[in-house]
Amino acid sequence: MEEFELNYPAKRKAPKRVHIGVVGSGDLEVLLEPIDGTTATVRVRTSVDGFKTTWKAVLDRFFGQYDGAVRIEINDAGATPGAVYLRLQQAVEASQP
Amino acid sequence: MTDSADIATGRDRAKSALTLSQEYLQRHSFIELNARERAQSLFDPGTARELAGPFDRIESPWLFVQGVTPQADDGCIVMRGTIDGNETVVIAFSGAFQGGGIGEVSGAKLTAALDLACIDNEKGKPTSAVMLLETGGVRLQEANLGLAAVAEIISSIIALRRDAPVISVIAGPVGCFGGMSLAAGVSSYIVMTPEGRLGLNGPEVIEEESGVDEFDASDRSLIWSIFGGQQRYNQGLADVLVEDDTDQIIKTVRELIAKGVPAVHRSQQVDLYRSRIAALDASSQWAPSVWSAASLARSTGRNQEPVNEEEKH
Repeated sequence: MEEFELNYPAKRKAPKRVHIGVVGSGDLEVLLEPIDGTTATVRVRTSVDGFKTTWKAVLDRFFGQYDGAVRIEINDAGATPGAVYLRLQQAVEASQP
Repeated sequence: MTDSADIATGRDRAKSALTLSQEYLQRHSFIELNARERAQSLFDPGTARELAGPFDRIESPWLFVQGVTPQADDGCIVMRGTIDGNETVVIAFSGAFQGGGIGEVSGAKLTAALDLACIDNEKGKPTSAVMLLETGGVRLQEANLGLAAVAEIISSIIALRRDAPVISVIAGPVGCFGGMSLAAGVSSYIVMTPEGRLGLNGPEVIEEESGVDEFDASDRSLIWSIFGGQQRYNQGLADVLVEDDTDQIIKTVRELIAKGVPAVHRSQQVDLYRSRIAALDASSQWAPSVWSAASLARSTGRNQEPVNEEEKH
């Protein structure tokens, strides 16, 4: 098991909280909540060790396009980087009013 | 037969095949919904509210330390609202998370939901319960706590079913196994789809224990011919068989809530089921066809009055 947090600059408050996905094999769960301030926080918990660099690359890319002030919690059961990115995009889409 | 008659028959067949496939395509699959959507789909629009949801973060404390990622709702979704105007609590298990396994937290959520419904009934506010079961039974990482949870779940169902119907729906191919098959067994009604499965020991467990000659767990048609919804319905162990269609399942749940508490619960019919076991010839390998509806109706009445009143509180 690995657990770590990453921070990104944010500009806007996200409209609402959402819960997406399931901690099933090759999948993940995303909890996205709006927070105050100008920093977005992502907490990752994953059952697959040794991929922090890959996680950072995926999240860097995601926050290159998204500037919401949110706290994101990811519970991962071995999702591929593509699946992670899609779930994050799905969460952002679902958090729109 | 003339050529034109042949053509007409062919056309009829093609037409009926087309109608069937259109019906199939127009169906809204229940199995394809996730657990939260399944629960939500049963309620009257705008009445459902989730209790102890993912943002309350009541997750299992035992999984992380064993190298398993926990889920924020522990795979158990509890919703309150009205179904056809009747107060109902729906508890849905997420088969994708740990095979829908019962742990300390998910078990406690189910028990608490049933107990709150029980209190409401006692206060004169009729409240039914629907369990959407997609579960392999006790979660092995929390074995003892899971077993304790199953015991609590069963006593809570038995307490609630005196006042209100407790309906089990087993829709998806994960099915309902282990301790949770006992929970389904004591509920008022069991609804299954042909894709659903119901059994105490799962196919892999039987093969592991007794060998591949006894049960080949890779033989899917054998598995469904024994555990499948159609077979369980033929045996009288499931009350309603429905297609994997959300509208049909909603309609069935509404009808069963309206029907209320059955005069006799399945688990009270001890003598009926004992006589069936006694009539089973175990000297040779039996085939699933032994349990056809016709042969059961011949050997034992389907709705026998209970001789042993089993409920003790």
